[in-house]
Amino acid sequence: MTIDLSSSRPSGATGRFPLSLLRSLPHPPLPTFLLTPILKRIAAAIAAENPEMFDRLGPHRHVYFLIDPTDLPVVLYLRPDPDALDFRVLDRRHMPVYAARISGRFLDLLALMDGEQDGDALFFSRALTVSGDTEAVVCLRNALDDVDEPIAESVARLLGRPGKAALDALRRAGAASRNTGKEDNPS
Amino acid sequence: MRKPELICPAGTPAALRSAVDAGADAVYCGYQNATNARNFTGLNFTPAEMEQSIAYAHDHGAKVLITLNTFPPSGKVALWKQAVDLSAQLGADACIVADISVADYICRMYPDLRIHLSVQAAASSPEAIDFYVREFGVKRVVLPRIMTVSEIGGLVAEIPCEVETFIFGNHGLMVEGRCSLSCYVTGQSTNMDGACSPAANVSYQSAPDGTLSTRLGGYTIDRFGANETAGYPTICKGRYLTDSREGGYYAFEEPVSLNAATVLPELIAAGVHAFKIEGRQRSRAYVKKVVSTFRSAVDAIVAGKEPVLADLVALTEGQKQTEGALKTKTWR
Amino acid sequence: MDAQLTLGPNLFHWAPERKLDFYRRIADESPVGTVYLGEVVCSKRTPFFDDRHLEEVAERLTRAGKQVVYSSLAEVVIKRERKLLMEWSQQQGRDLEVNNTAALLHLKDRPHRIGALLNVYNEDTMAYLAGRGATHFSLLAELPKPAVAGLAEAARGLGVGVEVQVFGRASLALSARCYHARAHGRIKDSCQFVCGEDDDGMVLSTLDEKPFLAVNGIQTLSYGYLEMMAEMHEMRDMGVSHFRVMPHSCDMIEVTKAFDDVLQGRIEAAEGAARLGALGIAAPFVNGFYHGVPGDTLVPA
Repeated sequence: MTIDLSSSRPSGATGRFPLSLLRSLPHPPLPTFLLTPILKRIAAAIAAENPEMFDRLGPHRHVYFLIDPTDLPVVLYLRPDPDALDFRVLDRRHMPVYAARISGRFLDLLALMDGEQDGDALFFSRALTVSGDTEAVVCLRNALDDVDEPIAESVARLLGRPGKAALDALRRAGAASRNTGKEDNPS
Repeated sequence: MRKPELICPAGTPAALRSAVDAGADAVYCGYQNATNARNFTGLNFTPAEMEQSIAYAHDHGAKVLITLNTFPPSGKVALWKQAVDLSAQLGADACIVADISVADYICRMYPDLRIHLSVQAAASSPEAIDFYVREFGVKRVVLPRIMTVSEIGGLVAEIPCEVETFIFGNHGLMVEGRCSLSCYVTGQSTNMDGACSPAANVSYQSAPDGTLSTRLGGYTIDRFGANETAGYPTICKGRYLTDSREGGYYAFEEPVSLNAATVLPELIAAGVHAFKIEGRQRSRAYVKKVVSTFRSAVDAIVAGKEPVLADLVALTEGQKQTEGALKTKTWR
Repeated sequence: MDAQLTLGPNLFHWAPERKLDFYRRIADESPVGTVYLGEVVCSKRTPFFDDRHLEEVAERLTRAGKQVVYSSLAEVVIKRERKLLMEWSQQQGRDLEVNNTAALLHLKDRPHRIGALLNVYNEDTMAYLAGRGATHFSLLAELPKPAVAGLAEAARGLGVGVEVQVFGRASLALSARCYHARAHGRIKDSCQFVCGEDDDGMVLSTLDEKPFLAVNGIQTLSYGYLEMMAEMHEMRDMGVSHFRVMPHSCDMIEVTKAFDDVLQGRIEAAEGAARLGALGIAAPFVNGFYHGVPGDTLVPA
């Protein structure tokens, strides 16, 4: 993982590849029912590896978070409760009830989960929007930031070799989009 | 030429390790309660985490300074004393304090534990600093962000302790440790509870046109157009109306962060003992970028080389940076 | 000891004639026992009133049987301010109220008061300062009831006075920057004393036009006026010895009389509040800090 110090402007990702591919998927029907069991297993594994994360979450572990990659047809639905963990992929046309919502482009959210981007910086640049229970969002952000292995890295590892390859491709796409973002908005 | 120590923030053990790995000479951090001024949800250190973190820092040649930089209200002094006791037991390299009772307790009970005077103590003149040095043996003062470089140079020569100045991060406008703005709206005191604009009192409302309204308690403290960058939800960075002006204006300060990168050589020449980076509420990514940038800059300047200054504007509030009061007093 | 009503320092930059007139009336008509004099907010203002008229005003008040206390500047940074504070600290035979730590250095072991702009949050800090000569403490506006009670109890033990603000805008923040000048596109050095245009501070409203704060030079005050008539007797029973009313442009004779009537038990707090309500103060009354809720709220008695 490399961080280019000369280009720390948050991406405000333009995300050409592979998001354009994902977006061009036929809209209905989304195979979310296939993804959810995998996600739940991953979340359970990460939770088991990082029990102290839940101490940081405190009462906010019972909260339903909606993680909303605005450029994808799906949203993630998360309750980070070790005793009743819930993590699902949902079609964004059927939005569930949530307490707190974090919205942003997929590559920005990924960079956040990958420990490459600062949440406040993304918020300042307006690449990230928070609604609902602000305290729960801040708490989740802080708890995830203390997890040693970035969440994105853990997910990729748990998915095996294809996961690693996908994360590498996404990181390249993210880096490319950040560089593009820089050219678009000279500071 | 004295090489100033680089003092770096950590809100979590992971951030502390990032800071140490990126070249921090010292890391400052606090416990999970009102004894520190970043008492935010999900942030800070349990006693066990503090113990492990101090061990990590010391193993890597870095110091740990513990922030006890709030003011215990009557009836709750014991919590702060326990935090002092714990810090001494854990082998902290210094405590950063603001309240007279906390300084006095350390001075009497742990004469070997260094006291750094927090910016929250608002000691902004040689006489005020001298008071704390004489009374409590304060070893270092963290200066408020209101002085020019030449004023800082004059101060270094005049006072009998070390001087620490902020070089990056939050650009505080109000005299720190003297602000009840957030308490007026939220009922939580920055000084007593350790949180300015606690997240529980903040809400964001997005309008269909992309406008984002920031609300704190019952007040809309700013509203950002779709293409405007945003800032922290603090009253002192909000936009307001007043009779003498057309439309909303930043009555106190616009969302902007301090970045003293361009004046580092002058600050070093002024004899400053330590440079402080603000941001215990920020992520590991922030800590890593900012600390490594200033590490290489300070090393280069002291080695007589031209520093390479990475672009940090992306990490700044409102995506804007300023040298604040350092360059000119017209800032006032 | 009977609890006493005091008049805090005038925080605003009124024209000298107006201030003179104000203090003449206080001397002649107000029931306050103690009057605090002196520029607290901005060192640039001192030539207008303090340097010319303070002696005369103090004399007049003293003749009228009022105790006069001199309050110091709160923000002391530049050389001129440091010199001013040093000279202020060297006044002999006067009752001095300290609002900046630097003065504590000068006043060690000489009796002095601690102003409401210095941070005294707990009994240990109070005891420490009392041990160096502090005889009287004005408490911070943001202190909740349990802290006021704890400090008042400690003060009894130490034999020092405790004062709580019960009327007027609360000081919420101080800065090195002048926000009055900023609002008018100027800076502190070129302010042209524009703060003199606003008798009770310059109101800031939110973008939804909800009045919020009041700017007074480098100071930010609450928009709401503290009004703690109903709490005075409770505080007196805790050991609070003095109740501070802050000068504003409304009829301060009536304000101080109403507070004194309530304090001395001549009328009920509700009646006193009704008299204050009749004064035409546009801003709401608030008492939230004391009750441990947002300071801008009014908790009914």
